[in-house]
Amino acid sequence: MTKTALSVLTVLATIVVIWYLAVAPMNIRVALDQAARAGAEIEPPSAVERRNVPILTLMSNNRDHIAAGYDLDRPRLPTPMQVGEELWKTTGAMVLKGRTWSKRSLIYHGWITLQSTFWGFLLGTTIGIVGAIAIVQSRVIEMSVMPWAIISQAIPIVALAPMIIVLSSQVGIEGRGFPKALISSYLCFFPVLVGMVKGLRSPTAEQLDLLKTYSASGVQRFLKLRMPASLPYLFTSLKIGIAAALVGAIIGELPTGAISGLGARILIGDQFGTPLAIWAALFAAAILAGVLVTLLDRTQHVLLRRMGMRS
Amino acid sequence: MNWLIFALAFWLAAWAANVTMARSKWSDTALVRYAVPIIFGMTLLVAWEALVHSFNVSAAILPAPSAVADTFANSTGLLWVDFKQTVLKGALSGYFIGAGAAFVMAVLIDRSPFLTRGLLPIGNFVAALPIVGIAPILVSWFGFDWQSKAAVVVVMVFFPVLVNTVQGLRETDAMLRDLMKTYAAGYFKTLWKLRIPAAMPFIFNGLKVGATLALIGAIVAEYFGSPTRGMGFRISTGVGSLSIDLVWAEIAVAALAGTMFYGVVAWIEKKVTFWHPSQRG
Repeated sequence: MTKTALSVLTVLATIVVIWYLAVAPMNIRVALDQAARAGAEIEPPSAVERRNVPILTLMSNNRDHIAAGYDLDRPRLPTPMQVGEELWKTTGAMVLKGRTWSKRSLIYHGWITLQSTFWGFLLGTTIGIVGAIAIVQSRVIEMSVMPWAIISQAIPIVALAPMIIVLSSQVGIEGRGFPKALISSYLCFFPVLVGMVKGLRSPTAEQLDLLKTYSASGVQRFLKLRMPASLPYLFTSLKIGIAAALVGAIIGELPTGAISGLGARILIGDQFGTPLAIWAALFAAAILAGVLVTLLDRTQHVLLRRMGMRS
Repeated sequence: MNWLIFALAFWLAAWAANVTMARSKWSDTALVRYAVPIIFGMTLLVAWEALVHSFNVSAAILPAPSAVADTFANSTGLLWVDFKQTVLKGALSGYFIGAGAAFVMAVLIDRSPFLTRGLLPIGNFVAALPIVGIAPILVSWFGFDWQSKAAVVVVMVFFPVLVNTVQGLRETDAMLRDLMKTYAAGYFKTLWKLRIPAAMPFIFNGLKVGATLALIGAIVAEYFGSPTRGMGFRISTGVGSLSIDLVWAEIAVAALAGTMFYGVVAWIEKKVTFWHPSQRG
Protein backbone atom coordinates (compact mmCIF):
# COMPACT_ATOMS: atom_id res chain seq x y z
CA MET A 1 0.00 0.00 0.00
CA THR A 2 2.67 2.52 1.03
CA LYS A 3 4.76 1.30 -1.89
CA THR A 4 1.92 2.11 -4.29
CA ALA A 5 1.33 5.49 -2.66
CA LEU A 6 5.04 6.30 -3.00
CA SER A 7 5.04 5.39 -6.71
CA VAL A 8 1.88 7.37 -7.37
CA LEU A 9 3.31 10.42 -5.60
CA THR A 10 6.57 10.14 -7.54
CA VAL A 11 4.75 9.97 -10.86
CA LEU A 12 2.53 12.90 -9.86
CA ALA A 13 5.57 14.96 -8.82
CA THR A 14 7.24 14.17 -12.15
CA ILE A 15 4.13 15.33 -14.02
CA VAL A 16 4.09 18.62 -12.07
CA VAL A 17 7.80 19.21 -12.75
CA ILE A 18 7.34 18.56 -16.48
CA TRP A 19 4.31 20.87 -16.44
CA TYR A 20 6.34 23.69 -14.84
CA LEU A 21 9.16 23.19 -17.34
CA ALA A 22 6.71 23.27 -20.25
CA VAL A 23 5.19 26.57 -19.15
CA ALA A 24 8.27 28.61 -20.20
CA PRO A 25 8.40 27.55 -23.88
CA MET A 26 4.59 27.52 -24.18
CA ASN A 27 4.21 31.07 -22.88
CA ILE A 28 7.36 32.75 -24.13
CA ARG A 29 5.72 34.35 -27.17
CA VAL A 30 2.83 35.80 -25.18
CA ALA A 31 5.24 37.00 -22.49
CA LEU A 32 7.48 38.71 -25.07
CA ASP A 33 4.53 40.38 -26.80
CA GLN A 34 3.42 41.75 -23.47
CA ALA A 35 6.91 42.94 -22.52
CA ALA A 36 7.34 44.61 -25.93
CA ARG A 37 4.08 46.48 -25.46
CA ALA A 38 5.30 47.61 -22.04
CA GLY A 39 8.37 49.09 -23.76
CA ALA A 40 11.03 46.51 -22.88
CA GLU A 41 13.80 45.71 -25.36
CA ILE A 42 13.13 42.40 -27.06
CA GLU A 43 15.25 40.57 -29.61
CA PRO A 44 13.92 40.62 -32.38
CA PRO A 45 11.84 43.73 -31.65
CA SER A 46 8.77 43.34 -33.87
CA ALA A 47 6.04 40.76 -33.31
CA VAL A 48 5.99 39.83 -37.00
CA GLU A 49 9.70 38.97 -36.99
CA ARG A 50 9.32 36.99 -33.79
CA ARG A 51 6.73 34.73 -35.37
CA ASN A 52 9.35 32.97 -37.51
CA VAL A 53 12.01 32.61 -34.80
CA PRO A 54 12.16 29.17 -33.11
CA ILE A 55 11.05 29.13 -29.49
CA LEU A 56 14.42 28.02 -28.10
CA THR A 57 16.22 30.91 -29.83
CA LEU A 58 13.62 33.32 -28.46
CA MET A 59 14.18 31.96 -24.98
CA SER A 60 17.97 32.16 -25.09
CA ASN A 61 17.89 35.69 -26.58
CA ASN A 62 15.46 37.05 -23.98
CA ARG A 63 16.40 35.24 -20.79
CA ASP A 64 15.16 38.06 -18.56
CA HIS A 65 11.60 37.68 -19.81
CA ILE A 66 11.20 33.93 -19.32
CA ALA A 67 10.03 34.44 -15.74
CA ALA A 68 7.19 36.65 -16.97
CA GLY A 69 5.68 33.60 -18.68
CA TYR A 70 4.89 32.17 -15.27
CA ASP A 71 2.67 35.07 -14.29
CA LEU A 72 0.42 35.91 -17.24
CA ASP A 73 -3.25 36.80 -17.08
CA ARG A 74 -4.09 34.85 -20.22
CA PRO A 75 -1.39 32.18 -20.51
CA ARG A 76 -1.43 29.51 -23.21
CA LEU A 77 -0.43 27.09 -20.47
CA PRO A 78 -1.03 28.24 -16.89
CA THR A 79 1.13 26.93 -14.07
CA PRO A 80 -0.40 24.40 -11.64
CA MET A 81 -0.15 27.19 -9.05
CA GLN A 82 -2.31 29.54 -11.16
CA VAL A 83 -4.89 26.83 -11.76
CA GLY A 84 -4.99 26.08 -8.02
CA GLU A 85 -5.42 29.77 -7.21
CA GLU A 86 -8.23 30.13 -9.74
CA LEU A 87 -9.92 27.02 -8.33
CA TRP A 88 -9.71 28.42 -4.81
CA LYS A 89 -10.94 31.85 -5.92
CA THR A 90 -14.03 30.31 -7.52
CA THR A 91 -14.83 27.78 -4.79
CA GLY A 92 -13.41 28.19 -1.27
CA ALA A 93 -13.00 31.95 -1.38
CA MET A 94 -16.58 32.33 -2.64
CA VAL A 95 -17.86 30.25 0.26
CA LEU A 96 -15.92 32.40 2.75
CA LYS A 97 -17.47 35.51 1.24
CA GLY A 98 -20.91 33.90 1.52
CA ARG A 99 -21.44 33.82 -2.23
CA THR A 100 -21.49 30.06 -2.68
CA TRP A 101 -24.32 30.16 -5.21
CA SER A 102 -23.10 33.15 -7.21
CA LYS A 103 -22.89 32.69 -10.98
CA ARG A 104 -19.11 33.00 -10.76
CA SER A 105 -18.80 30.15 -8.31
CA LEU A 106 -17.73 26.76 -9.60
CA ILE A 107 -19.71 25.16 -6.77
CA TYR A 108 -22.88 26.51 -8.39
CA HIS A 109 -21.84 25.28 -11.85
CA GLY A 110 -20.66 21.97 -10.46
CA TRP A 111 -24.04 21.51 -8.79
CA ILE A 112 -25.85 22.10 -12.08
CA THR A 113 -23.68 19.52 -13.83
CA LEU A 114 -24.01 17.14 -10.89
CA GLN A 115 -27.80 17.25 -11.14
CA SER A 116 -27.79 16.27 -14.82
CA THR A 117 -25.20 13.63 -14.04
CA PHE A 118 -27.38 12.25 -11.28
CA TRP A 119 -30.57 12.07 -13.36
CA GLY A 120 -28.67 10.68 -16.33
CA PHE A 121 -27.05 8.11 -14.08
CA LEU A 122 -30.41 7.11 -12.62
CA LEU A 123 -32.04 6.84 -16.04
CA GLY A 124 -29.08 5.05 -17.61
CA THR A 125 -28.74 2.60 -14.73
CA THR A 126 -32.46 1.81 -14.85
CA ILE A 127 -32.34 1.23 -18.61
CA GLY A 128 -29.21 -0.86 -18.21
CA ILE A 129 -30.60 -3.06 -15.44
CA VAL A 130 -34.05 -3.52 -16.99
CA GLY A 131 -32.44 -4.22 -20.35
CA ALA A 132 -30.08 -6.76 -18.84
CA ILE A 133 -32.95 -8.57 -17.08
CA ALA A 134 -34.92 -8.66 -20.35
CA ILE A 135 -31.88 -9.91 -22.26
CA VAL A 136 -31.16 -12.66 -19.74
CA GLN A 137 -34.81 -13.76 -19.73
CA SER A 138 -35.57 -13.69 -23.44
CA ARG A 139 -33.46 -14.95 -26.29
CA VAL A 140 -35.41 -12.92 -28.88
CA ILE A 141 -34.69 -9.70 -27.02
CA GLU A 142 -31.07 -10.62 -26.67
CA MET A 143 -30.73 -11.32 -30.38
CA SER A 144 -32.51 -8.17 -31.49
CA VAL A 145 -31.32 -5.62 -28.91
CA MET A 146 -27.75 -6.61 -28.04
CA PRO A 147 -26.19 -5.77 -31.45
CA TRP A 148 -27.89 -2.37 -31.41
CA ALA A 149 -26.70 -1.68 -27.88
CA ILE A 150 -23.14 -2.22 -29.11
CA ILE A 151 -23.72 -0.12 -32.23
CA SER A 152 -25.25 2.66 -30.13
CA GLN A 153 -21.89 3.15 -28.43
CA ALA A 154 -20.06 3.37 -31.74
CA ILE A 155 -22.37 6.24 -32.77
CA PRO A 156 -20.75 9.44 -31.57
CA ILE A 157 -23.29 10.93 -29.14
CA VAL A 158 -21.88 14.42 -29.68
CA ALA A 159 -23.32 14.35 -33.18
CA LEU A 160 -26.75 13.60 -31.76
CA ALA A 161 -26.50 15.99 -28.80
CA PRO A 162 -27.61 19.20 -30.58
CA MET A 163 -30.56 17.33 -32.12
CA ILE A 164 -31.66 15.98 -28.75
CA ILE A 165 -31.66 19.51 -27.37
CA VAL A 166 -33.56 20.97 -30.36
CA LEU A 167 -36.12 18.15 -30.23
CA SER A 168 -36.79 18.35 -26.52
CA SER A 169 -37.26 22.12 -26.65
CA GLN A 170 -39.69 21.73 -29.58
CA VAL A 171 -41.66 19.08 -27.75
CA GLY A 172 -42.13 21.64 -25.01
CA ILE A 173 -39.66 20.56 -22.35
CA GLU A 174 -38.32 23.62 -20.57
CA GLY A 175 -34.68 24.03 -19.65
CA ARG A 176 -31.65 21.95 -20.42
CA GLY A 177 -31.89 19.53 -17.52
CA PHE A 178 -33.79 16.84 -19.40
CA PRO A 179 -31.81 16.71 -22.67
CA LYS A 180 -28.55 16.76 -20.71
CA ALA A 181 -29.73 13.87 -18.56
CA LEU A 182 -30.76 12.00 -21.71
CA ILE A 183 -27.32 12.46 -23.29
CA SER A 184 -25.63 11.40 -20.12
CA SER A 185 -27.83 8.30 -19.77
CA TYR A 186 -26.93 7.35 -23.35
CA LEU A 187 -23.28 7.02 -22.36
CA CYS A 188 -24.10 5.53 -18.97
CA PHE A 189 -26.47 2.67 -19.78
CA PHE A 190 -24.07 0.56 -21.80
CA PRO A 191 -21.48 -0.40 -19.16
CA VAL A 192 -24.32 -1.16 -16.74
CA LEU A 193 -26.12 -3.33 -19.32
CA VAL A 194 -23.01 -5.33 -20.19
CA GLY A 195 -21.95 -5.72 -16.56
CA MET A 196 -25.42 -6.79 -15.42
CA VAL A 197 -25.81 -9.36 -18.22
CA LYS A 198 -22.48 -10.83 -17.13
CA GLY A 199 -23.49 -10.69 -13.47
CA LEU A 200 -26.95 -12.21 -13.91
CA ARG A 201 -25.33 -15.07 -15.82
CA SER A 202 -22.56 -15.57 -13.29
CA PRO A 203 -24.28 -18.29 -11.14
CA THR A 204 -22.83 -21.67 -12.05
CA ALA A 205 -24.87 -24.63 -13.28
CA GLU A 206 -24.42 -26.33 -9.89
CA GLN A 207 -25.90 -23.36 -8.04
CA LEU A 208 -28.86 -23.28 -10.42
CA ASP A 209 -29.32 -27.03 -10.00
CA LEU A 210 -29.28 -26.70 -6.24
CA LEU A 211 -32.14 -24.21 -6.39
CA LYS A 212 -33.99 -26.62 -8.64
CA THR A 213 -33.70 -29.34 -5.99
CA TYR A 214 -35.25 -26.84 -3.56
CA SER A 215 -38.07 -26.64 -6.15
CA ALA A 216 -37.57 -22.88 -6.43
CA SER A 217 -39.73 -21.07 -8.98
CA GLY A 218 -38.28 -18.96 -11.76
CA VAL A 219 -38.92 -15.76 -9.82
CA GLN A 220 -37.32 -17.15 -6.69
CA ARG A 221 -34.32 -18.32 -8.65
CA PHE A 222 -34.00 -14.82 -10.01
CA LEU A 223 -34.44 -12.97 -6.71
CA LYS A 224 -32.45 -15.30 -4.46
CA LEU A 225 -29.62 -16.30 -6.73
CA ARG A 226 -29.16 -14.24 -9.87
CA MET A 227 -29.79 -10.81 -8.33
CA PRO A 228 -27.41 -11.17 -5.37
CA ALA A 229 -24.78 -12.84 -7.54
CA SER A 230 -24.82 -9.89 -9.94
CA LEU A 231 -24.13 -7.23 -7.28
CA PRO A 232 -20.31 -7.18 -7.51
CA TYR A 233 -20.61 -6.87 -11.30
CA LEU A 234 -23.23 -4.15 -10.89
CA PHE A 235 -21.00 -2.00 -8.71
CA THR A 236 -18.01 -2.36 -11.01
CA SER A 237 -20.13 -1.14 -13.90
CA LEU A 238 -21.80 1.58 -11.81
CA LYS A 239 -18.36 3.09 -11.22
CA ILE A 240 -17.71 3.19 -14.98
CA GLY A 241 -21.28 4.37 -15.52
CA ILE A 242 -21.11 7.38 -13.20
CA ALA A 243 -17.87 8.56 -14.83
CA ALA A 244 -19.53 8.15 -18.23
CA ALA A 245 -22.62 10.01 -17.01
CA LEU A 246 -20.45 12.97 -15.98
CA VAL A 247 -18.74 12.97 -19.38
CA GLY A 248 -22.21 12.91 -20.95
CA ALA A 249 -23.48 15.83 -18.87
CA ILE A 250 -20.46 17.92 -19.83
CA ILE A 251 -20.77 16.95 -23.52
CA GLY A 252 -24.43 17.97 -23.28
CA GLU A 253 -23.33 21.44 -22.22
CA LEU A 254 -20.50 21.93 -24.72
CA PRO A 255 -22.02 22.25 -28.20
CA THR A 256 -25.22 23.98 -27.24
CA GLY A 257 -24.51 27.38 -25.81
CA ALA A 258 -25.49 26.45 -22.25
CA ILE A 259 -24.81 29.16 -19.68
CA SER A 260 -24.52 27.18 -16.46
CA GLY A 261 -22.65 23.99 -15.68
CA LEU A 262 -18.99 23.03 -15.83
CA GLY A 263 -19.18 22.42 -19.59
CA ALA A 264 -20.65 25.89 -20.02
CA ARG A 265 -17.74 27.37 -18.03
CA ILE A 266 -15.37 25.70 -20.50
CA LEU A 267 -17.41 27.05 -23.42
CA ILE A 268 -17.56 30.58 -21.99
CA GLY A 269 -13.89 30.50 -21.06
CA ASP A 270 -13.15 29.69 -24.68
CA GLN A 271 -15.37 32.45 -26.08
CA PHE A 272 -14.03 35.14 -23.74
CA GLY A 273 -10.42 34.00 -24.02
CA THR A 274 -9.91 33.27 -20.33
CA PRO A 275 -7.87 30.05 -20.27
CA LEU A 276 -7.67 30.03 -16.48
CA ALA A 277 -11.45 29.61 -16.26
CA ILE A 278 -11.26 26.61 -18.64
CA TRP A 279 -8.50 24.96 -16.63
CA ALA A 280 -10.28 25.54 -13.33
CA ALA A 281 -13.50 24.04 -14.72
CA LEU A 282 -11.56 21.05 -16.06
CA PHE A 283 -9.98 20.37 -12.69
CA ALA A 284 -13.31 20.86 -10.94
CA ALA A 285 -14.77 18.21 -13.28
CA ALA A 286 -11.87 15.88 -12.50
CA ILE A 287 -12.36 16.35 -8.75
CA LEU A 288 -16.10 15.75 -9.13
CA ALA A 289 -15.44 12.52 -11.07
CA GLY A 290 -12.99 11.39 -8.40
CA VAL A 291 -15.44 12.07 -5.57
CA LEU A 292 -18.32 10.27 -7.32
CA VAL A 293 -16.30 7.16 -8.13
CA THR A 294 -14.85 7.05 -4.61
CA LEU A 295 -18.33 7.33 -3.07
CA LEU A 296 -19.56 4.36 -5.12
CA ASP A 297 -16.41 2.43 -4.29
CA ARG A 298 -16.98 2.91 -0.54
CA THR A 299 -20.66 1.91 -0.87
CA GLN A 300 -19.63 -1.22 -2.75
CA HIS A 301 -17.11 -2.08 -0.06
CA VAL A 302 -19.57 -1.71 2.82
CA LEU A 303 -22.50 -3.38 1.06
CA LEU A 304 -20.63 -6.41 -0.21
CA ARG A 305 -19.03 -6.95 3.16
CA ARG A 306 -22.47 -6.90 4.81
CA MET A 307 -23.71 -9.45 2.31
CA GLY A 308 -20.82 -11.70 3.19
CA MET A 309 -19.02 -11.34 -0.13
CA ARG A 310 -15.36 -10.50 -0.22
CA SER A 311 -14.50 -7.17 -1.74
CA MET B 1 -53.85 7.25 -39.16
CA ASN B 2 -53.12 4.71 -41.89
CA TRP B 3 -49.45 5.11 -41.11
CA LEU B 4 -49.94 4.22 -37.47
CA ILE B 5 -51.90 1.08 -38.33
CA PHE B 6 -49.25 0.09 -40.85
CA ALA B 7 -46.48 0.63 -38.29
CA LEU B 8 -48.34 -1.40 -35.69
CA ALA B 9 -48.92 -4.24 -38.16
CA PHE B 10 -45.29 -4.11 -39.25
CA TRP B 11 -44.16 -4.23 -35.66
CA LEU B 12 -46.33 -7.24 -34.85
CA ALA B 13 -45.25 -9.09 -37.99
CA ALA B 14 -41.57 -8.32 -37.36
CA TRP B 15 -41.85 -9.42 -33.74
CA ALA B 16 -43.54 -12.67 -34.74
CA ALA B 17 -40.87 -13.29 -37.38
CA ASN B 18 -38.10 -12.66 -34.87
CA VAL B 19 -39.65 -14.93 -32.25
CA THR B 20 -40.07 -17.72 -34.79
CA MET B 21 -36.53 -17.35 -36.03
CA ALA B 22 -34.98 -17.20 -32.57
CA ARG B 23 -36.85 -20.31 -31.47
CA SER B 24 -36.29 -22.28 -34.66
CA LYS B 25 -33.52 -24.83 -34.96
CA TRP B 26 -31.57 -22.41 -37.16
CA SER B 27 -31.28 -19.83 -34.38
CA ASP B 28 -27.49 -20.20 -34.23
CA THR B 29 -26.82 -19.75 -37.93
CA ALA B 30 -25.14 -16.56 -39.14
CA LEU B 31 -28.16 -15.68 -41.28
CA VAL B 32 -30.55 -15.56 -38.31
CA ARG B 33 -28.03 -13.80 -36.11
CA TYR B 34 -27.87 -10.96 -38.64
CA ALA B 35 -31.52 -11.02 -39.70
CA VAL B 36 -33.02 -10.62 -36.22
CA PRO B 37 -31.29 -7.35 -35.26
CA ILE B 38 -31.76 -5.96 -38.78
CA ILE B 39 -35.52 -6.60 -38.64
CA PHE B 40 -35.60 -4.98 -35.19
CA GLY B 41 -33.78 -1.92 -36.53
CA MET B 42 -36.17 -1.67 -39.46
CA THR B 43 -39.10 -1.72 -37.04
CA LEU B 44 -37.66 1.33 -35.30
CA LEU B 45 -37.24 3.16 -38.63
CA VAL B 46 -40.82 2.34 -39.68
CA ALA B 47 -42.12 3.56 -36.32
CA TRP B 48 -40.18 6.82 -36.75
CA GLU B 49 -41.51 7.30 -40.30
CA ALA B 50 -45.06 6.59 -39.13
CA LEU B 51 -44.86 8.99 -36.20
CA VAL B 52 -43.61 11.81 -38.40
CA HIS B 53 -46.33 11.31 -41.02
CA SER B 54 -49.29 10.68 -38.76
CA PHE B 55 -48.60 13.61 -36.43
CA ASN B 56 -47.44 15.92 -39.26
CA VAL B 57 -44.19 16.73 -37.51
CA SER B 58 -42.49 19.67 -39.22
CA ALA B 59 -39.30 18.81 -41.12
CA ALA B 60 -37.60 21.57 -39.11
CA ILE B 61 -38.07 19.51 -35.96
CA LEU B 62 -37.78 15.87 -36.95
CA PRO B 63 -37.52 14.85 -40.61
CA ALA B 64 -38.72 11.38 -41.64
CA PRO B 65 -36.05 8.76 -42.35
CA SER B 66 -37.05 8.79 -46.03
CA ALA B 67 -36.40 12.55 -46.21
CA VAL B 68 -33.03 12.03 -44.54
CA ALA B 69 -32.19 9.30 -47.06
CA ASP B 70 -33.12 11.71 -49.87
CA THR B 71 -30.84 14.42 -48.51
CA PHE B 72 -28.11 11.85 -47.99
CA ALA B 73 -28.31 10.73 -51.61
CA ASN B 74 -28.41 14.33 -52.90
CA SER B 75 -25.46 15.67 -50.92
CA THR B 76 -22.96 12.83 -51.03
CA GLY B 77 -20.28 15.23 -52.29
CA LEU B 78 -20.63 17.51 -49.28
CA LEU B 79 -20.82 14.59 -46.87
CA TRP B 80 -17.66 13.10 -48.38
CA VAL B 81 -15.75 16.36 -47.88
CA ASP B 82 -16.85 16.46 -44.23
CA PHE B 83 -16.05 12.78 -43.78
CA LYS B 84 -12.54 13.30 -45.14
CA GLN B 85 -11.94 16.31 -42.87
CA THR B 86 -13.28 14.83 -39.64
CA VAL B 87 -12.82 11.07 -39.88
CA LEU B 88 -9.87 10.49 -42.18
CA LYS B 89 -7.79 13.51 -41.19
CA GLY B 90 -8.88 14.29 -37.62
CA ALA B 91 -9.99 11.04 -36.01
CA LEU B 92 -7.88 8.42 -37.79
CA SER B 93 -4.54 10.23 -37.69
CA GLY B 94 -5.11 11.10 -34.04
CA TYR B 95 -6.12 7.52 -33.31
CA PHE B 96 -2.95 6.06 -34.82
CA ILE B 97 -0.66 8.59 -33.15
CA GLY B 98 -2.38 8.22 -29.77
CA ALA B 99 -2.55 4.43 -29.79
CA GLY B 100 1.02 4.15 -31.09
CA ALA B 101 2.39 6.53 -28.48
CA ALA B 102 0.48 4.74 -25.73
CA PHE B 103 1.83 1.37 -26.84
CA VAL B 104 5.47 2.56 -26.91
CA MET B 105 5.01 4.31 -23.55
CA ALA B 106 3.49 1.15 -22.04
CA VAL B 107 6.41 -1.03 -23.17
CA LEU B 108 8.87 1.50 -21.74
CA ILE B 109 7.03 1.88 -18.42
CA ASP B 110 6.69 -1.88 -18.12
CA ARG B 111 10.46 -2.20 -17.58
CA SER B 112 10.12 -0.44 -14.21
CA PRO B 113 7.71 -2.02 -11.68
CA PHE B 114 7.94 1.20 -9.68
CA LEU B 115 6.60 3.31 -12.56
CA THR B 116 3.94 0.72 -13.39
CA ARG B 117 2.59 0.80 -9.86
CA GLY B 118 2.47 4.58 -9.89
CA LEU B 119 1.08 5.05 -13.36
CA LEU B 120 -1.72 2.49 -13.38
CA PRO B 121 -3.96 4.22 -10.80
CA ILE B 122 -3.29 7.64 -12.36
CA GLY B 123 -3.95 6.32 -15.86
CA ASN B 124 -7.14 4.64 -14.74
CA PHE B 125 -8.29 7.87 -13.13
CA VAL B 126 -7.46 10.04 -16.14
CA ALA B 127 -9.19 7.55 -18.47
CA ALA B 128 -12.42 8.17 -16.51
CA LEU B 129 -12.16 11.98 -16.71
CA PRO B 130 -14.15 14.15 -19.12
CA ILE B 131 -11.08 14.72 -21.32
CA VAL B 132 -13.23 16.17 -24.13
CA GLY B 133 -13.12 19.39 -22.10
CA ILE B 134 -9.55 20.07 -23.21
CA ALA B 135 -10.81 20.51 -26.78
CA PRO B 136 -10.94 24.35 -26.62
CA ILE B 137 -7.42 24.49 -25.15
CA LEU B 138 -5.97 22.27 -27.87
CA VAL B 139 -7.85 24.19 -30.57
CA SER B 140 -6.23 27.39 -29.33
CA TRP B 141 -2.80 25.70 -29.32
CA PHE B 142 -2.88 23.93 -32.68
CA GLY B 143 -5.19 26.15 -34.76
CA PHE B 144 -8.52 25.51 -36.44
CA ASP B 145 -7.55 22.85 -38.96
CA TRP B 146 -7.47 19.07 -38.47
CA GLN B 147 -4.23 19.09 -36.46
CA SER B 148 -6.03 20.34 -33.35
CA LYS B 149 -8.76 17.69 -33.80
CA ALA B 150 -6.11 15.00 -34.11
CA ALA B 151 -4.48 16.34 -30.93
CA VAL B 152 -7.75 16.01 -28.98
CA VAL B 153 -8.14 12.45 -30.28
CA VAL B 154 -4.54 11.63 -29.32
CA VAL B 155 -5.15 12.64 -25.71
CA MET B 156 -8.49 10.83 -25.52
CA VAL B 157 -7.21 7.58 -27.02
CA PHE B 158 -3.89 7.59 -25.17
CA PHE B 159 -5.00 6.68 -21.63
CA PRO B 160 -7.36 3.75 -22.28
CA VAL B 161 -4.77 2.14 -24.58
CA LEU B 162 -1.93 2.84 -22.14
CA VAL B 163 -3.70 1.37 -19.11
CA ASN B 164 -4.87 -1.73 -20.99
CA THR B 165 -1.49 -2.38 -22.58
CA VAL B 166 0.36 -2.08 -19.26
CA GLN B 167 -2.14 -4.46 -17.71
CA GLY B 168 -1.85 -6.86 -20.64
CA LEU B 169 1.95 -6.93 -20.48
CA ARG B 170 1.68 -8.16 -16.90
CA GLU B 171 -0.56 -11.05 -17.96
CA THR B 172 2.07 -13.72 -18.54
CA ASP B 173 2.80 -15.77 -15.44
CA ALA B 174 6.22 -16.71 -14.09
CA MET B 175 5.96 -20.21 -15.53
CA LEU B 176 5.73 -18.98 -19.13
CA ARG B 177 8.51 -16.48 -18.65
CA ASP B 178 10.71 -19.18 -17.14
CA LEU B 179 10.01 -21.33 -20.15
CA MET B 180 11.22 -18.52 -22.41
CA LYS B 181 14.33 -18.25 -20.24
CA THR B 182 15.07 -21.94 -20.71
CA TYR B 183 14.87 -21.28 -24.44
CA ALA B 184 17.61 -18.66 -23.82
CA ALA B 185 15.29 -15.92 -25.12
CA GLY B 186 16.40 -12.39 -24.22
CA TYR B 187 14.18 -9.48 -23.17
CA PHE B 188 13.20 -8.46 -26.68
CA LYS B 189 12.54 -11.99 -27.87
CA THR B 190 10.37 -12.68 -24.81
CA LEU B 191 8.56 -9.41 -25.38
CA TRP B 192 7.94 -10.07 -29.05
CA LYS B 193 7.14 -13.79 -28.94
CA LEU B 194 5.37 -14.12 -25.61
CA ARG B 195 4.31 -10.97 -23.82
CA ILE B 196 2.95 -8.82 -26.63
CA PRO B 197 0.85 -11.67 -28.08
CA ALA B 198 -0.42 -12.46 -24.58
CA ALA B 199 -1.28 -8.77 -24.09
CA MET B 200 -3.26 -8.56 -27.34
CA PRO B 201 -6.76 -9.19 -25.88
CA PHE B 202 -6.14 -6.33 -23.44
CA ILE B 203 -4.64 -4.04 -26.06
CA PHE B 204 -7.66 -4.57 -28.28
CA ASN B 205 -9.97 -3.73 -25.39
CA GLY B 206 -8.21 -0.38 -25.18
CA LEU B 207 -8.25 0.03 -28.96
CA LYS B 208 -12.00 -0.62 -29.09
CA VAL B 209 -12.71 1.92 -26.34
CA GLY B 210 -10.45 4.34 -28.20
CA ALA B 211 -12.30 3.75 -31.48
CA THR B 212 -15.56 5.03 -29.99
CA LEU B 213 -13.79 7.96 -28.31
CA ALA B 214 -11.89 9.04 -31.42
CA LEU B 215 -14.95 10.22 -33.35
CA ILE B 216 -16.40 11.96 -30.28
CA GLY B 217 -13.14 13.88 -29.84
CA ALA B 218 -12.85 14.88 -33.48
CA ILE B 219 -16.45 16.13 -33.64
CA VAL B 220 -16.42 18.00 -30.30
CA ALA B 221 -13.21 19.79 -31.24
CA GLU B 222 -14.95 21.15 -34.35
CA TYR B 223 -17.58 22.83 -32.19
CA PHE B 224 -14.76 25.05 -30.91
CA GLY B 225 -13.60 26.27 -34.28
CA SER B 226 -12.90 24.64 -37.62
CA PRO B 227 -12.46 25.49 -41.28
CA THR B 228 -15.80 25.60 -43.14
CA ARG B 229 -16.01 21.84 -43.50
CA GLY B 230 -16.19 18.89 -41.16
CA MET B 231 -19.01 16.95 -39.56
CA GLY B 232 -19.07 18.88 -36.28
CA PHE B 233 -19.03 22.18 -38.18
CA ARG B 234 -21.89 21.07 -40.45
CA ILE B 235 -23.96 19.85 -37.51
CA SER B 236 -23.57 23.02 -35.47
CA THR B 237 -24.28 25.32 -38.43
CA GLY B 238 -27.09 23.03 -39.66
CA VAL B 239 -28.89 23.27 -36.33
CA GLY B 240 -28.55 27.05 -36.50
CA SER B 241 -29.91 27.35 -40.07
CA LEU B 242 -32.67 24.77 -39.57
CA SER B 243 -31.41 22.39 -42.28
CA ILE B 244 -32.21 19.56 -39.94
CA ASP B 245 -32.36 16.88 -42.65
CA LEU B 246 -28.71 17.58 -43.49
CA VAL B 247 -27.85 17.30 -39.79
CA TRP B 248 -29.49 13.88 -39.66
CA ALA B 249 -27.67 12.80 -42.82
CA GLU B 250 -24.45 13.89 -41.11
CA ILE B 251 -25.45 11.91 -38.00
CA ALA B 252 -26.04 8.89 -40.23
CA VAL B 253 -22.53 9.29 -41.65
CA ALA B 254 -21.13 9.57 -38.13
CA ALA B 255 -23.03 6.46 -37.07
CA LEU B 256 -21.85 4.50 -40.10
CA ALA B 257 -18.27 5.68 -39.69
CA GLY B 258 -18.27 4.87 -35.96
CA THR B 259 -19.78 1.43 -36.45
CA MET B 260 -17.43 0.57 -39.31
CA PHE B 261 -14.41 1.81 -37.40
CA TYR B 262 -15.37 -0.29 -34.40
CA GLY B 263 -16.21 -3.24 -36.65
CA VAL B 264 -12.80 -3.12 -38.36
CA VAL B 265 -10.99 -3.03 -35.01
CA ALA B 266 -13.13 -5.93 -33.74
CA TRP B 267 -12.46 -7.86 -36.97
CA ILE B 268 -8.70 -7.40 -36.64
CA GLU B 269 -8.99 -8.47 -33.02
CA LYS B 270 -10.68 -11.67 -34.13
CA LYS B 271 -7.86 -12.40 -36.55
CA VAL B 272 -5.09 -11.56 -34.07
CA THR B 273 -6.46 -13.14 -30.89
CA PHE B 274 -8.11 -16.19 -32.49
CA TRP B 275 -6.56 -18.33 -29.73
CA HIS B 276 -8.31 -16.50 -26.88
CA PRO B 277 -11.28 -18.30 -25.21
CA SER B 278 -13.58 -15.29 -25.78
CA GLN B 279 -13.03 -15.59 -29.56
CA ARG B 280 -13.52 -19.35 -29.84
CA GLY B 281 -17.01 -19.28 -28.33
